[in-house]
Formats: sequence, structure tokens, C-alpha cells
Amino acid sequence: MVCKKCDTEPVYLLTSGVRLCRSCFIKYFEKKVRKTIRINNLIEKGDKICVAISGGKDSLTVLNILNTLTKKKNFELFALLIDEGIKNYRDFTIKDAEKFCNENKIKLHIVSFKDELGYTLDEMIKILGMKPCTVCGVFRRYLLNKKARELKANKLATGHNMDDEAQTVIMNQFKKNIDVSARLGPMTGVKDDKRFIRRIKPLYLMSEKEVGTYAFLKQLMGKFTECTYENDSFRGDVRDMLNDFEMKHHGVKNNIITSFLEILPMLKNKYKNKSTINACISCKEPTSSDQCKACELKDKLKEKA
Amino acid sequence: MKIFLEKEQKHVEVKGNTVSEILANLEINPTTVIVSKNGNLVIGEEKITSKDNITIFTVVSGG
Repeated sequence: MVCKKCDTEPVYLLTSGVRLCRSCFIKYFEKKVRKTIRINNLIEKGDKICVAISGGKDSLTVLNILNTLTKKKNFELFALLIDEGIKNYRDFTIKDAEKFCNENKIKLHIVSFKDELGYTLDEMIKILGMKPCTVCGVFRRYLLNKKARELKANKLATGHNMDDEAQTVIMNQFKKNIDVSARLGPMTGVKDDKRFIRRIKPLYLMSEKEVGTYAFLKQLMGKFTECTYENDSFRGDVRDMLNDFEMKHHGVKNNIITSFLEILPMLKNKYKNKSTINACISCKEPTSSDQCKACELKDKLKEKA
Repeated sequence: MKIFLEKEQKHVEVKGNTVSEILANLEINPTTVIVSKNGNLVIGEEKITSKDNITIFTVVSGG
């Protein structure tokens, strides 16, 4: 069987059963990402977008596609990489990120845990005895928001894909965290609060396999690498469950997301007045409690180091 | 035939006449990987022989 559109060898089989060759797959992928951006109004004229990159397939795919749109949509972009200090992982992906940005003349800022917080993630884990994903997640979110704002960005683009979002939606259901789901979607954050940089997810409707295929075909990075720390076990269980379902019942991840998008406006409306944004008593960064999670962890590091 | 697992950086011996068959025999979920045959990406129904250079890339974490 050949590509539906041009009678050449297929490289991808869509869940609908349509076969696509290399050229048609790339066109399909880029068109769908552009449509996601357009219908969700993710990018506006005059935006300054900070693209959070790791050097992996998802973030380099976002950076590659947004970089082709800067002139047409009249916006600026730069890349920001957080170096957590994970030996035998981040050192490799930084090289891919630097290579890509050099070749495409994109300004890259690298911010490290060590310089900003005094310790690498590897060191923090030993001191705190906590799960690496918890510590990493708190400090990554903190630094991405803080640095993007300092660098005058008004939006932060991330490489979150459909798999990531479907997992989060199901995890929130399983944990009865529906108020957290109300803060999800292709664009998050509060429009009129300058402390929070709004986040956009251009790959929101692309499956992780589609992103991997695109990154491979476009040769965006050297090799597929994974963090050396084990993933959060609850997310891992949900991810494996969804992958099993996807294998047996094609399209379930897409169905989770499309049905979630239908109820999202109602969730946002229901929870719109339920959370207040305060300034952290220690660092003044935005937080829903008195002290932000990053400062809580910083205090623990001081205690235990 | 011998195929290469990119994530594990190792070769494994497996039987199968198509990409789908080798993935099934290796108990790999096809929604989590992409497969190249002689450097080009192929889909599950692609026929393969022992002369082909097959690599499996894990693109979806875990599984």
C-alpha cells in the first residue's frame, strides 16, 4: 500500500488508516500545528515568544516550526534551556540544542540549577532524598517563568504533546484534581497578570509518535534520549495504560483530548474565582499560597545541606 | 534476523516477515516506536528480510 496522496512509499499510518509518505507526513504535521496555533490564537502579532527547549524531539520540533512562522506572523522568538545538571543526559541534549540554534541563527539562553540555586539536580536529590521529578518540576517551572519574564517574553512555548496532556487529564481524574484540569489547555495562564508568562502548547494535538516521526524525518537532533531518572510512577502507569489502549483501540488519546476540550470552558468557568495569586513572601514570584514551592524547597536544601 | 534497538544500543535476534510481526515477537507496543528499514522509516505492513538493516527507535517514553 502506498501514500494516499502521491503513490510513494508510506512512512506513517494515521489512526484513521491513511498512509502518508515523507513529504505528505511533514505537510500534514506542519499544517495541523499551524491550525492549532490559529484556532487557539496562540500567537499574535508583536509577541515575543520564549521557547523552552531541552534539546529533545518535542521542544526542537516546536522551535523548528515556530521559527518558520516568525516573519509571516510577525513575532520574535528566542530559546531558553534549563540545565538541571543531570549527568549523562542533559550534557548530550545541550549539544543538540546548541547545534540547532547555531544552524538556525536562534538566540539561545542557558540557565543552570547550579548557578541559580547552588546545586545540580543530582546533588539536590542526594541532599533532599526526594523524587527527582518532583524537585526538577518545581524548579524548572520556577526558572522558566522567572527567566522568560526577565528576558521580556510575553509567552512561553513548550513541547507538550497530546500524550502528555491526555496523561495529565486522566491523572487529574484519578486523583480527583478537577480544579487542576481547569488550568490545562493549549494556552494557560492569566492574561492580565504580568508575573505569570502565558504558556502555549503548539503540539497540543500531535501524538508523541507523530512528533518523534517529524523530528526523525527533519533530523532535528542526534538521537532520541531519555532522562536517566525514572519517571513519576503514577504518570508512568497512566502512560502505559493509555499506550495499551491506543494499540488496541486506535484514537483513544485523541478522543480524550477532543472531549476534554469540549468541557474545558465549563471547568474554567466553574473554577475561575477559586484560586488567588499571591506574591511569595520570600522571592515575590507568583504563588497560590504564601510561599512558593521553589522557596519551600530552597529552605529545605538550606536545612539539610 | 538481527535488528538494532536504538534505545538500548544493542542488536537482538528475532523472527518475522513484516515490521508488525517483529514488534509483536519482541512484545513492543507499535504506538511507542518508529522503525527504519535501510535508513528509511516504514510502517507495520512493510515486508522485511534478513538482508535489511532494521532499527527500532523508541519515541514514546516507557511502555
